[in-house]
Amino acid sequence: MARPTEVEIGEQKAPVIIPGQTFASITDKIASIVLRRPITNGWLFGMAICFLILQWFLLAVCWLFYKGVGVWGVNIPIGWGFAIVNFVWWIGIGHAGTLISAILLLVRQSWRNSINRFAEAMTLFAVACAGMFPLLHLGRPWLFYWLFPYSNTMTYWPNFRSPLVWDVFAVSTYLTISLVFWFIGLIPDLASMRDQTENKALKFVFGSLAMGWRNSVRHWNRYETAYLLLAGLATPLVLSVHTVVSFDFSVGIVPGWHTTIFPPYFVAGAIYSGFAMVLVLAIPIRKFYDITAYITDRHLENSAMVMLATGWIVAYGYAIEAFVNWFGGDPYETFLRWNRLHGPYSFWYYALLFTNLIVPQLLWVRRIRTNHLWLFLISLDVLVGMWLERFIIVVVSLTRDFMPSAFGRYYPTWDDWSILLGTLGFFAACMFLFLRVLPAVSISELKTLIPQAEVTVPHEEEVHS
Amino acid sequence: MMDPATFGLMAEFDNVNDAIIAARRTYAAGYRKLDAYSPFPVEELSEAIGFHKNGVALVCLIGGLLGCTAAYVLQWWINTISYPINIGGRPLHSWPSFVIVTFEMTILFSGLSAVFGMLALNGLPMPYHPVFNVPRFELASKDRFFLVIFSSDRNYDPIRTRQFLEGLNAISVAEVPS
Repeated sequence: MARPTEVEIGEQKAPVIIPGQTFASITDKIASIVLRRPITNGWLFGMAICFLILQWFLLAVCWLFYKGVGVWGVNIPIGWGFAIVNFVWWIGIGHAGTLISAILLLVRQSWRNSINRFAEAMTLFAVACAGMFPLLHLGRPWLFYWLFPYSNTMTYWPNFRSPLVWDVFAVSTYLTISLVFWFIGLIPDLASMRDQTENKALKFVFGSLAMGWRNSVRHWNRYETAYLLLAGLATPLVLSVHTVVSFDFSVGIVPGWHTTIFPPYFVAGAIYSGFAMVLVLAIPIRKFYDITAYITDRHLENSAMVMLATGWIVAYGYAIEAFVNWFGGDPYETFLRWNRLHGPYSFWYYALLFTNLIVPQLLWVRRIRTNHLWLFLISLDVLVGMWLERFIIVVVSLTRDFMPSAFGRYYPTWDDWSILLGTLGFFAACMFLFLRVLPAVSISELKTLIPQAEVTVPHEEEVHS
Repeated sequence: MMDPATFGLMAEFDNVNDAIIAARRTYAAGYRKLDAYSPFPVEELSEAIGFHKNGVALVCLIGGLLGCTAAYVLQWWINTISYPINIGGRPLHSWPSFVIVTFEMTILFSGLSAVFGMLALNGLPMPYHPVFNVPRFELASKDRFFLVIFSSDRNYDPIRTRQFLEGLNAISVAEVPS
């Protein structure tokens, strides 16, 4: 494939990396963001706001721990309120990072090399946010370790037939594998930072984290094998995580939950919202940190197209849900359909259809999907839409399940909202810190994208023959 | 010829192709104790110094099998021996419900084995290594390629090896103090 020599416009696609880069310029640019760029007022302002939200979150959590889960709006029949909605939403967002780093690596989409680092960081922080909700919901969060099988004096064990226990294993494996995947990706770059900095203390910190990485080709060889294996392992893992999350619902018999479409539909929705978050982060980051040469219009457009495609899988899920409600003829499922369209939460159901199905269709228009402001707004809209989807699934089904005598309504409290907002603050604060302390774009992987990295000498076998 | 004060001789190259050609010629000249350094993975360069296979995949496989077996046996033991609960006469050994946790533990163990196996085989963490004694070696993580012939190689000779490396289109040749 010929490498594009200039920014092509019109019918041609933008290049993956703007030409004119050298190995040194890539290293200098990415390392200087961390090592030499002064702390700007914009960063301080953003960080301060996120930090304040984080403090508010801590207050809300303290109040929750002090008073118990009664401070939330959850009550029978709504045992699962915002906690589960937010859990599913956050973990779904994380999925795009793994898709970019693992699945796109396996299918040799080299454009991923410039966005995988911060997308993986996004995954980690999103899964951390997600992981908080089940713990906060425990009632006695200090006994969380009862979820793990360990030999104890109560001679009791977790119930391995329960999807909630499967979830513990799926999510904790996902968090661990995402962390090591991200970290081994960082090792060569940490070594670069160690070699770039003049500051003794920073040299020590980066050097310790790089563990003595010296760019030996023997090390690279093993490193590449390990990286590829991890990608191969993370691919079925990420698909399994949201599948298991969907089992939390579909193994139950509640109307609207007990359906086999849930696993693929949840996974597609996860990637849909995840790419929306990638765009929400990438559009400002590339602008403020002046890395538009590495995160180009090509990345934004590709992400927009992934969003459009997964959005249609989600739409298909909605259609099949409605079809099965009707075709199955189950009176409770039929009532659920009526309830979604005409019940007390029907406004939010229509809002969901509008934000998740109608608005993203704008992405068909090339001028809109290459316009950064439009793309940013549509991505925000998808994030709201996917949150509403989980809200509809949890709340509409639980408020009116079988017996009218057991029907109820759900009223989230200030503590519910504070914790949702608080995790957003936590997530954003982590991203702000990440951008300042670690290379936000993979230096070593970016180098493989430029022409100088191309090996032009013939293969050894060809030399000998 | 072993020289205890010298770790080896280091040649520096400013592009990947020169480094590959030099590495192949060094290997062809009979040197076996050598290593090459590059700022990004270059498969041809590791092959040129005679490094073709690594054991990471095997470690990963063993880890995965261990995780798989351990998770399944644990669930089987808990549900049939340690904590059997009869619910409506359903089988205690209900294998379909054990599949998920078995799968997740397989991924967890094989993933961690791949990572820690890679680090262990690479000998990392390693706080000190002689190559860092050469000031220009900092560029190995930036834009330069390096080839080092260790003084432990039986063909190593401080003068002839240096002359050999200087004839390889290197932009500099330096002694690596140990």
